[in-house]
Amino acid sequence: MAFIQMNSVSIDFPVYNVSGRSLKKRLLQVATGGQLGSGSDGKSVVVRALEDLNFRINDGERVALLGHNGAGKSTMLRLLSGVYHPSSGVYEHEGQIGSLIDISFGIDPEASGRENIYLRGALLGIDKAELTSQIDAIIEFSQLGDFIDIPTRTYSSGMHLRLAFAVSTIIRPQILLMDEWLSVGDEGFKSSAEKRLTDLVESTNILVIASHSKELVSHVCTRGLWMEHGKVRMDGPIDEVVKAYFG
Amino acid sequence: MGNINTALDDFVAAYRRKGLAGMLGWQDVKQRYRRSKIGPFWLTISMGVTVATIGIVFGSIFGSPMQEYLPFLACGLILWGFISSTLTDGCHGFISADAVIKQLPIPLATHVLRVMWRNIIMLAHNIVILPVVFLVFLKPVSWAVFLVVPGLLLLFANLAWVCLILAIVCARYRDIPQIIASVLQVCFYITPIMWMPSQMKHPTAATFMELNPIFHLLEIVRAPILGTLPTLTNWVVALGLAIVGWIATLAFFGRYKHRVAYWL
Repeated sequence: MAFIQMNSVSIDFPVYNVSGRSLKKRLLQVATGGQLGSGSDGKSVVVRALEDLNFRINDGERVALLGHNGAGKSTMLRLLSGVYHPSSGVYEHEGQIGSLIDISFGIDPEASGRENIYLRGALLGIDKAELTSQIDAIIEFSQLGDFIDIPTRTYSSGMHLRLAFAVSTIIRPQILLMDEWLSVGDEGFKSSAEKRLTDLVESTNILVIASHSKELVSHVCTRGLWMEHGKVRMDGPIDEVVKAYFG
Repeated sequence: MGNINTALDDFVAAYRRKGLAGMLGWQDVKQRYRRSKIGPFWLTISMGVTVATIGIVFGSIFGSPMQEYLPFLACGLILWGFISSTLTDGCHGFISADAVIKQLPIPLATHVLRVMWRNIIMLAHNIVILPVVFLVFLKPVSWAVFLVVPGLLLLFANLAWVCLILAIVCARYRDIPQIIASVLQVCFYITPIMWMPSQMKHPTAATFMELNPIFHLLEIVRAPILGTLPTLTNWVVALGLAIVGWIATLAFFGRYKHRVAYWL
């Protein structure tokens, strides 16, 4: 049984201005008793990105993260994925976490499509044997044909996305994190991509998706979390949250 | 104690995914030399040219016999090249992996292993020079050469903890890499690499040489290749550094591991 449990979790970001990051400034500050540093503000500022989160997501739930830009949706996804450790509070979860947040990062333009599949697969934690057994399926799905063995810098942007999509979606995590619904390629590819993504979403126990699309969240999700200024403003069944948020 | 556990968990996770570090390390080397015909062997060539030039110039300045000086210099320069480039890369271990660190919860030790592995691959390319130098001067290799294996392992162990500490500190304070670069420059001259320990006549200067940890780390690998045994002091210092260093690193890494993603 997968679950996500947050107990008064907060995330604070230290923001270092250029002088805050420099050791020289720090030393000078000590030497001059803070005189020199204080004028240009040597102290670092703390931004509270998420504040006092308390919620539990149970097996089977499909959660939509709603909120304006800067409300803390992306930070929340990174917290859930384990990239950020809570500054305070306790975050517990059970079940393997997979994310489809930025699918196209980490592609080496000089490496061939095939090498990139292995590289990306390794980053996602898929073991090599598993990848080798699936590689033909991945290549076929990406519709890249013979292009798979030439450097990805020659690819069009659509081909790039198809490659990234084909690799990234072979994961089968129990908890899936997404930032908007992925939509890639031309009409022909779109429908098979759509089917693949739907399969992936259906096979996970918990889905957390950040989105601005009313249709999408009403269609896919069962619960809504409305974030505002890093806090949960509203948490409830999707219909109610959508009604309150979208008006 | 909790800190040490955090650190150990990270190492265990990195060990489980050691293939990833290996793959990324290889990728770095391949990426640097892609579309070049002889690839990383350019490193070997440039190292060979450096060894030959410095060897001829300084060998004649110092008036040392070439069959003694050149093998010494070749070993020293190759190992120094490895040590200094590992430490320089170590500074950028987390900074240059920021995109990955902010995107995926990969064990942080993986990024340090990647740096180590990349530099070990480059060291392996440079090592090719040694048999050539030894053949040219018909210098025999003694049984002591097998001591290179524990020597290298101890060197790797020491570099790994220094890299990990540097990667963390540099992620927080961005001018440390510059400081390290200058310190390394100085170390190159005060460590017996271009000059031989026997040429250091002044007793105070000789004591200073013994205080330099890099000298001992170098010696546990270089001496066996040149057919002499490292002294007990060399071994004790290298081993002591590794033990003390790793204990301190575990505590330090455990304490700051969760902060690294915020600093990038």
